[in-house]
Amino acid sequence: MKICISSTVDSINGLADGRFGRCPFYAIYDDETKEYEFVENEGAKAAQGAGIKAAQIVVDNGVDVVITGSLGPNAIRVLQAGNIKIYKMLGDKVKEQVGYYNEGKLISIDKPGASHMGIGK
Amino acid sequence: MQIAVLSGKGGTGKTTVSTNLAKLINVRYIDCDVEEPNGFIFLKPQDIKSKEVSIPVPYVDEDKCIHCKKCVDICQFNALVHTDRVILFEKLCHGCGACRAVCPTMAIVEKDRPIGKIETGYSDDMECLSGTLNVTEPMAGPIISKLKGMIDDKTTIIDCSPGSSCNVVKPLLGVDYAILVTEPTEFGLHDLKIAVELVRKMKIPFGVIINRMSQEDNATSKYCKDDNINIIGTIPFDRDIAVMYSKGELLIKDEKYKKMFTDIMSNIEEAIGCSL
Ligand code: SF4
Ligand code: SF4
Repeated sequence: MKICISSTVDSINGLADGRFGRCPFYAIYDDETKEYEFVENEGAKAAQGAGIKAAQIVVDNGVDVVITGSLGPNAIRVLQAGNIKIYKMLGDKVKEQVGYYNEGKLISIDKPGASHMGIGK
Repeated sequence: MQIAVLSGKGGTGKTTVSTNLAKLINVRYIDCDVEEPNGFIFLKPQDIKSKEVSIPVPYVDEDKCIHCKKCVDICQFNALVHTDRVILFEKLCHGCGACRAVCPTMAIVEKDRPIGKIETGYSDDMECLSGTLNVTEPMAGPIISKLKGMIDDKTTIIDCSPGSSCNVVKPLLGVDYAILVTEPTEFGLHDLKIAVELVRKMKIPFGVIINRMSQEDNATSKYCKDDNINIIGTIPFDRDIAVMYSKGELLIKDEKYKKMFTDIMSNIEEAIGCSL
């Protein structure tokens, strides 16, 4: 199983990023190898559809669980279509999130937070 | 001859200027402010015909799709995504057709998606056109392009969207003269400077109309003088104008305002070096 955490830097000691679509990196944890891999978010600077692009990156990396702050409606739609579960991060460090997840402390997200995408405007 | 009327932000009097001038010289009027078109309120055209505007959006035939993701990768607007199938986010789709062009199995066909309408009518014998973007639709571009496509060499006054985004640049392409409408306030001046920069970059001759003018010396007039910008007219800050506006009346119905717009028109004709 793979867990993806939106991250501000490419290090597990760094801060998790609350913005799913606009964060610079994704920390992808593989619970079989117990290792993290960092993937750059090429969509972060997209004028439109950053959340969709981000969701595509996550889908392409075979992720099962996403841990982040908030997502827009489009990103949620893609992740749900890809059968990916979404949870709200706790505290601030990247490396703490998998532990919280395993302890069942994270709350699942099923509604969009503040969206920055091409909705309405 | 095409004359565009612009303003840094909404509510500065752009529509007042464009509708009154168009009616005064009896030329075609086009409302390109598709998010909030209100020129028809003042011109009151009759026999309005309405045509739907749509854009072609992709539709994937799942039986033919080989999941190569070429369509997702080519889309500049991130409108497509692939999970176990291709999903379209139609509000992000610009209808450019790139996805269809790259699909190796021709799995993509196009379907029309309505995004707004164009209305045409006549105010006496003056042709009036107006585009309206449907509420919640994000993309004004296709409607503006359609409207622009309906202009021939007959003299036309184009009422543009406020601001200086691509929705303003589009209608500006190919115009002969631009009228920048502003207010003598600090914010008005800030927006005016952006608009000036835009028309200068696009090499369009232009003049400024200062609306709601209450005193002669203000920062806006000074800026225009210092920068050698032609002030082609001023509209006073007065109650009668506000009352006429609120009733949806053209100002040129009143002789003194008619004179004011006639003067503005002759300043424009002088600036472009011919009469309209
Ligand atoms: S038509 Fe263009 S904008 Fe629309 S989905 Fe295809 S590539 Fe993207
Ligand atoms: S390009 Fe065509 S075949 Fe490839 S994923 Fe898109 S629709 Fe399917």
